[in-house]
Amino acid sequence: MLVPLNWIKEYVDIDAGIDEFCERMIMSGSNLEGVRTYGEGLHKIVIGKVLSVKPHENSDHLVVGLVEVGAEAPVQIVTGAQNVTEGAYVPVALVGSVLPDGLKIKKGRLRGVDSYGMMCSAQELGFDDKVVPIAHKDGIWLLEGEYEPGTDFAEAVGLRNDVVDFEITPNRPDCLSIIGMAREAAATFDKKLRLPDTRVNDAHEKKASDFISVEVKNPELCSRYIARVVTDVKIEQSPWWMQKRLMLAGMRPINNIVDITNYVLLEYGHPLHAFDIRTVEGGKIIVDTAEEGEKFVTLDGSERLMSGDTLMIKDAAKPIGIAGVMGGLNSEIQNDTETILIECACFNSDCIRLTSKKLGLRTEASARYEKGISPELAKEAADRVCALIVLLGAGRVVSGAVDIYAGQAAPEPIKLRVSRVNKVLGGEMSGALIKSYLERLEMKVAGAGDSLEVLPHYTRLDLKEEVDLIEEAARIHGYDKLGVTLPGGGGIAVKPRSRSLCDAARGALTGMGYNEIQTYSFVSPKGVETARIPEEGGTRDFVRLINPLGEENSVMRTVLLPNLLEVLGRNYSRNIEAARAFEIGNTFRMAPASAADGITAAALSTSGGVVSAANDTAANSLPTVALSTSGGVVSTADDAELPKERISMSIGLYGNGVGFFTLKGALETLFGTFGLTPEYRAERDAPTYHPGRCAAVYLDGERIGTFGELHPDAARRYGIGVRCYVGEVDMESVAGKADVMRYYRPLPKYPSVDRDMALVVDEEVTVRELTDVIRSHGGKILESVKMFDVYRGKQIGEGKKSVAFNLVYRSAERTLTDEEAALEYEKTLTALSEKLGAVLRDI
Amino acid sequence: MSEIQSEQLKAILREADERLESASVKADVEDVRIRVLGKKGSLTAILRSMGSLAPEERKELGRLANEARAEIEEKLSLKFEELTRSEQTARFAGEAIDVTEPGERIHLGVRHPITLTIDEISNIFMNMGFSIAEGPEVETVFNNFDALNAAPNHPSRDLSDTFYITKNTLLRTQTSPVQVRTLMKEKPPIKVISPGRCFRTDTPDATHSPMFHQVEGLIVDENITMADLKETLDAFAKRMFGEGVTTKFRPHFFPFTEPSAEMDMSCFKCGGTGCRVCKGSGWIEILGCGMVHPNVLKVGGVDTEKYTGFAFGMGVERIAMLKHGIDDIRLFYENDMRFIEQFK
Repeated sequence: MLVPLNWIKEYVDIDAGIDEFCERMIMSGSNLEGVRTYGEGLHKIVIGKVLSVKPHENSDHLVVGLVEVGAEAPVQIVTGAQNVTEGAYVPVALVGSVLPDGLKIKKGRLRGVDSYGMMCSAQELGFDDKVVPIAHKDGIWLLEGEYEPGTDFAEAVGLRNDVVDFEITPNRPDCLSIIGMAREAAATFDKKLRLPDTRVNDAHEKKASDFISVEVKNPELCSRYIARVVTDVKIEQSPWWMQKRLMLAGMRPINNIVDITNYVLLEYGHPLHAFDIRTVEGGKIIVDTAEEGEKFVTLDGSERLMSGDTLMIKDAAKPIGIAGVMGGLNSEIQNDTETILIECACFNSDCIRLTSKKLGLRTEASARYEKGISPELAKEAADRVCALIVLLGAGRVVSGAVDIYAGQAAPEPIKLRVSRVNKVLGGEMSGALIKSYLERLEMKVAGAGDSLEVLPHYTRLDLKEEVDLIEEAARIHGYDKLGVTLPGGGGIAVKPRSRSLCDAARGALTGMGYNEIQTYSFVSPKGVETARIPEEGGTRDFVRLINPLGEENSVMRTVLLPNLLEVLGRNYSRNIEAARAFEIGNTFRMAPASAADGITAAALSTSGGVVSAANDTAANSLPTVALSTSGGVVSTADDAELPKERISMSIGLYGNGVGFFTLKGALETLFGTFGLTPEYRAERDAPTYHPGRCAAVYLDGERIGTFGELHPDAARRYGIGVRCYVGEVDMESVAGKADVMRYYRPLPKYPSVDRDMALVVDEEVTVRELTDVIRSHGGKILESVKMFDVYRGKQIGEGKKSVAFNLVYRSAERTLTDEEAALEYEKTLTALSEKLGAVLRDI
Repeated sequence: MSEIQSEQLKAILREADERLESASVKADVEDVRIRVLGKKGSLTAILRSMGSLAPEERKELGRLANEARAEIEEKLSLKFEELTRSEQTARFAGEAIDVTEPGERIHLGVRHPITLTIDEISNIFMNMGFSIAEGPEVETVFNNFDALNAAPNHPSRDLSDTFYITKNTLLRTQTSPVQVRTLMKEKPPIKVISPGRCFRTDTPDATHSPMFHQVEGLIVDENITMADLKETLDAFAKRMFGEGVTTKFRPHFFPFTEPSAEMDMSCFKCGGTGCRVCKGSGWIEILGCGMVHPNVLKVGGVDTEKYTGFAFGMGVERIAMLKHGIDDIRLFYENDMRFIEQFK
């Protein structure tokens, strides 16, 4: 909301400078986007009077003007603008001046003709293209009236203005107006608000009802309709002071009648519309809904398709406007218009919002209507328009109005307890102080002691209950004047177990050199194909977004691996030689219940307001609380509709000197920190992976993950040109089974006996099988078994390998002899030989 | 006493001195020791020969011999010490290294800067007694909007602002639904923060991301006031950005709180004089907050006469970007290792 400070000052006395004004307005609740200062630093830009305009001898596009600029001799200026005429008053940037955009004006020579300065357009002096009057939009700014050549331009036209761009929050549509902001300023600076005088003294021989009758067929959509009539209309330009305010506030001046309605729109925040009464057939205005499928051409020349719930303004024969959005081309004011009908009506906000949305047409009027306007404001706005018409001599205002209005029930005062104000704000504000704050906002405050009764100003539709008033008192008082205390009480901070465990996993993995990554929760459904992830296990049970940004972000991820592969690929393509990365995050699988709920964006957006269905089911019957909670995650009954979210972990690496066992080691270490020792089984059928270098991870017989060397075909798709090792583990299972309690084991009292054994076996025999046999035949004194080397080579023979173990024997009761250990060692060897055909190799 | 033997002792001492003088390695010293004090050493021979002397002579010679032995032993020891030292000096010289060569570093990984920032924020609030609560990223419309007092026509509900899954479910646009879940599950006193992912239909650019993180907080108890809100959040700002920062609270509008405020913090970079970080204003907007709206408390069945509360929420990316001078939000989700590793 663009608010010229000088305009506000018409209604409230503000002595503060612009900085103080802004600061205090911010602190009382009117935040701002910025301040724009017009006409500042326009040094050596003066009023010029064009004495003559001659064609340029060497150019068809240029003209040569002789311009009087004050005391000195007239200057010659070459311009490309075609709208300069003899006798015109124009802004002239003299040699040595600087324009607002930083352009320095120097003596120039255009096609052989000297030029001493520049005649300026409004745009060159700082105005937006969209607010410059059509008349000189594409040329030099032609000033109306007469000026003394050579006077300072900004001074002469009163250009120096600070325009504050206020950020209006959705709850304060009343502030979408100069008077609304003036009311805020008056309250902030504790000054009186002076409203414009709207009395019209121009006694007219006719009454409005002689010209017009109004019928409202849908009073629920139009609570008030005021029609005023103006005769003897002279369409001309509005005066500069009005044009200037419109331009500063972001609107383009058009003609006096349109400007006046726009001026009042800005001033009061109430939209108005003017019809040429010649086009209103039968002298009748009917407010009624449109025919479904009806076509209508709006003021902007577009033909639009109406629907049955669109509210229209019609005459006896045809529609002439879309209520609250835009008038019709068929009833537009023309230059020869003599009598006009001014509409000042109050339309239902939801109706206007839906219409505006359906038509894709948002106007200054609809933007205000859809936020809600008090019907009480209509009369003031209509009166103000008439007063301005008289003031500008734009026509003769017909006495009286046709006002279709059932009136409003007397508003109920809001009860406000002084004690409650202080309970919420934590201070000791007196009733009198609170009363004074509310009265500064033009509220009527009655009652005494703890109980006050408050009637807000009728424009404040946002004030409905006690807490709304507490906020009003607080912000006028100033948040900075409230006390500062620390809340008392408070228990012990806890966090969900799963969160702690994920933190621990991050600690373990970063300690092993893996960097944490974070990737989008929404992905392309193609990712699982690219990564060759099998369909089993719900990896295609996508939770789909109705309105994704694009296909590549259209479903919630069911697995983390494709994102990790993209990240590794991106890093590889950026010549990063080695990378180790992991992500811990949620995956999503569609809940079976919502599978049938095939709703589309179209269905939602036309159902009006997206949310109504949810309101119906949810707001009317609050969900009951389900008691099944785990790890601080709360769940409610209608969570049944939500997809299943599970915490997963992806991990991967590439680089020199890394391999399958680098990754396996990281996982083993990680599981170790959780007290878990899962089982690893060869997995030959996972298409993502190298079939000979892939393992499935089992915990208590349940598969919790897969990892291995990335299949070269998959690697190629992600642009990874080296061997890459990746995997994904269900963190939810890991966290669920994690055992992080540690119990002390006494340190050994007696020395151990260490024995190494190297066994030659067939390739097919796994280390796990060997370890199992060693463990089960090692006797009670076998403390640990550790594989430390695998060797393949000529000495061993084709299809064989040598696996070396270190065995540690120890007794808790006494020092073992070598013989005791040797006995168990031999027994173990025998078992290995019998069960797995293992042969001891001499080392 | 035998003159001869006395002379012999002197000769032995002399010879030892000479030999030690010329000794250049420890083996030479050992050689001297063996020659003089060894089993067949010259001094040992004299001591052995003493048996044939008269008692007085034996006594006298014994004294002299022992003195000679002590003297030699001391000299041996000194020489040995001297040679050890010079050998070490030579070895050290040969073994000298260039200490400016790089050390053998262990390559540590690092948590993602978003995780680090969430952890930092969470730790500050946990130290003030706030527990951590979590909730799903796909939420019900009820929890995300209705229960939070969002008007039925609030623009944030539009398809142009919020990602929908069905008409009843969406990607949460804030972590506030966790507050709703907490209010429905627990009875006051409640003191929680909820960090997590949120989603809004913003097209990615340097300052926008369709996915981002928030940390929101909620406290509900008897006698919670706006003064408590101010001090709690001021304390947070000081822990997060330095004891020197000051805060101010501007009135604002949020559907789920009233009175509502935005908290600005004096610029931690320039101290409030104006710089690039604070865009010259001296202040930086940090978070939104307010007293919990009674309508929100009612959703959880809280007695709004007895209990009051405050809530707050902040964007994690924004805080991380401010704190670390990151100028493009997309860097967080590109996951370039060179970016992430800067936060070790």
